[in-house]
Amino acid sequence: MKLRRVRAVVVKEGLQIWRDRRSLIIALLMPFMQMLLLGYGVNLDIKHVAVCTFDRENSQTSQSLLKHFQASSYFAVKHVLDSYKSVTTALDRGDCVITIVIPPDFSERLRDSGQSSIQAILDATDDNTAAVATGYAQSVVSGFSDEVQLQFSGIGGASVAAAAPLSLEARVWYNEDLDSRNFIIPGVVAVVMALVGSQLTSLTISREWERGTMELLVSTPITSMELMIGKLLPYFAIGMLDATFCLGIAVWWFGVPFRGSLATLTLVTVLFLIVVLSIGYLVSVTIRTQLGASQIALILTMLPTMMLSGYTFPIDQMPDFIRPVTYLVYSRYYLTALKSIFLKGSGVVDLWFPILIMLLYAAAVGTWAARAFRKSLD
Amino acid sequence: MSESAIEVAGLTKSFGSVTAVDHLSFSVDRGEIFGLVGPDGAGKTTTVRMIAGVMRPDAGTIMVDGVDVVTDPEAVKPRVSYMPQRFGLYEDLTVDENIRFYAEIFEIPRKLRIERAERLLAASNMLQFRQRLAGQLSGGMKQKLGLTCALIHAPRAVLLDEPTTGVDPVSRRDFWRILFGLRADGVTILISTAYLDEAERCSRLALLNEGRVLHCDTPASLKAKMPGAMLAVISPSMRDARDLVAKLPGVENVLLVGDGIHIHVDDAARRIPELTAALNAAGIVFEPVRQVIPSVEDLFVSLTEREEKAA
Repeated sequence: MKLRRVRAVVVKEGLQIWRDRRSLIIALLMPFMQMLLLGYGVNLDIKHVAVCTFDRENSQTSQSLLKHFQASSYFAVKHVLDSYKSVTTALDRGDCVITIVIPPDFSERLRDSGQSSIQAILDATDDNTAAVATGYAQSVVSGFSDEVQLQFSGIGGASVAAAAPLSLEARVWYNEDLDSRNFIIPGVVAVVMALVGSQLTSLTISREWERGTMELLVSTPITSMELMIGKLLPYFAIGMLDATFCLGIAVWWFGVPFRGSLATLTLVTVLFLIVVLSIGYLVSVTIRTQLGASQIALILTMLPTMMLSGYTFPIDQMPDFIRPVTYLVYSRYYLTALKSIFLKGSGVVDLWFPILIMLLYAAAVGTWAARAFRKSLD
Repeated sequence: MSESAIEVAGLTKSFGSVTAVDHLSFSVDRGEIFGLVGPDGAGKTTTVRMIAGVMRPDAGTIMVDGVDVVTDPEAVKPRVSYMPQRFGLYEDLTVDENIRFYAEIFEIPRKLRIERAERLLAASNMLQFRQRLAGQLSGGMKQKLGLTCALIHAPRAVLLDEPTTGVDPVSRRDFWRILFGLRADGVTILISTAYLDEAERCSRLALLNEGRVLHCDTPASLKAKMPGAMLAVISPSMRDARDLVAKLPGVENVLLVGDGIHIHVDDAARRIPELTAALNAAGIVFEPVRQVIPSVEDLFVSLTEREEKAA
């Protein structure tokens, strides 16, 4: 391999990228847009659950409990009701997901027996939201007093289990706020990088075929490896710039806590970028039209990254026959590494497995891409 | 080492059911301008591509400068230059940037590159366009830039595939001046062309039709091979004249050219009076019938027609 020829390709490709200003701007703006779009679009937290209250006692104690619901950011008190009939109407109309009913003897029983209960009536048609609302209600009530129990009755869907006399106390590590954004955003970074990285290189060879410049290029002594490295380097620079944008947006815009080291982050990002750039290049070598290459690159990166990397669906909840497939999805390793670096502060030693796999992937796809390029018009 | 610069034997290439090149054989001597002449679809482009090592033949051998192109296409690439029919340079790069890119790919020292680029651009009257994007050059200038890039590494042989198609006459003249200069330096030139006037400037020609060589000789000997004589009639009503003389005895074929017709006859002395009488009788206005030296075009038509009749 002659470095001089690699440099010639880098200069040539760099000039072409620089002159194609529109594509360059798109390449630099795309990660911004996608980060914001996906970052805001995906949010698994359920907040401001619509709640109605029906206070049959109207005592100081009951009002004080309901104030806890008003104060909680998990709930938004929509209506204050005055009959069971209106409770049914409110739930039927979808005004609220949950109605808290305080019995007329609430404070009396609390005083006499040291224990009392209130009733929660739920619209369980969306059982996920109902379950989450139940949990929230539980925590609001126990925040008010340990002595008050919540009795549930569901309507419209599956019955909701009554509160257990024993309560399970979970301690959450690494993402204490249980803010889903904190583990979604690193995933978004992986998705955006996979998409942008492969798109950057997917056109580089097909463009030469379409413009007729390849015929002359294959008549020169340039080798496949020189051409590949020369073409990947400028896009690698752009990709690193894009990665910096994405990770910067994650930390400074979305406020995801960053506990790891910059060196580890850089290492895994460089490896992942090499993998996705090589995949894009491989597609470009194989498909001779720009449109086709771009489409195939999209399918090869977006689909597995969205579906099988653990970004949208947790891997351990996938069907048994799908789970082994996820080991082939390169984004899985970057996703894992990113989450660990961000939230746990993991270092190179902790992440040896994903790093090793990405290294092997980069080498394999790179070699494959270099070999797939035929210096021939046939 | 063989005496020929390029030696092609039994070259065959098919695309599906179409045989583009059919057992083609010819050899090109060192320092000559060798023309591949033929109509579109004769297999010129495919032949040049295979010699350049960018397309693999189905069968046959190609030796360029002692290198076997079929078994080791990469070995021939530093020695030759190939200029494809379609403009192959980067339109979003300037003239200088394109030259520099190809010089670097061929590992030409910087000093040598600057010197050669200066000389080649001067020869093609392109010095004032060095900073212009290749995409903004005229067709003729693009081809001259293509030739400049092809010559930047001082190849032993140059393979040009229809380099002057769609090129203005001035650029074409510049182009040929450079080619003659190259021949003087001992560079072997293989050029394919559909222009027969260009073919006459070659030292030797191979007439190609449907992937086969019909004849291979110097333009002069090829013309000598043509029996009979070529007569020219200049007339404003050339189509009527053509239809009339085509039916006369002793006329092999008639071809429309520029301002009149070329008539291939078996015997000039005998047929001139007959033709004159026939044209007069039909009331066609024309200038006196003259005997002319056949052009390669006449030759090509007459040779291919004879071939077809024989088949």
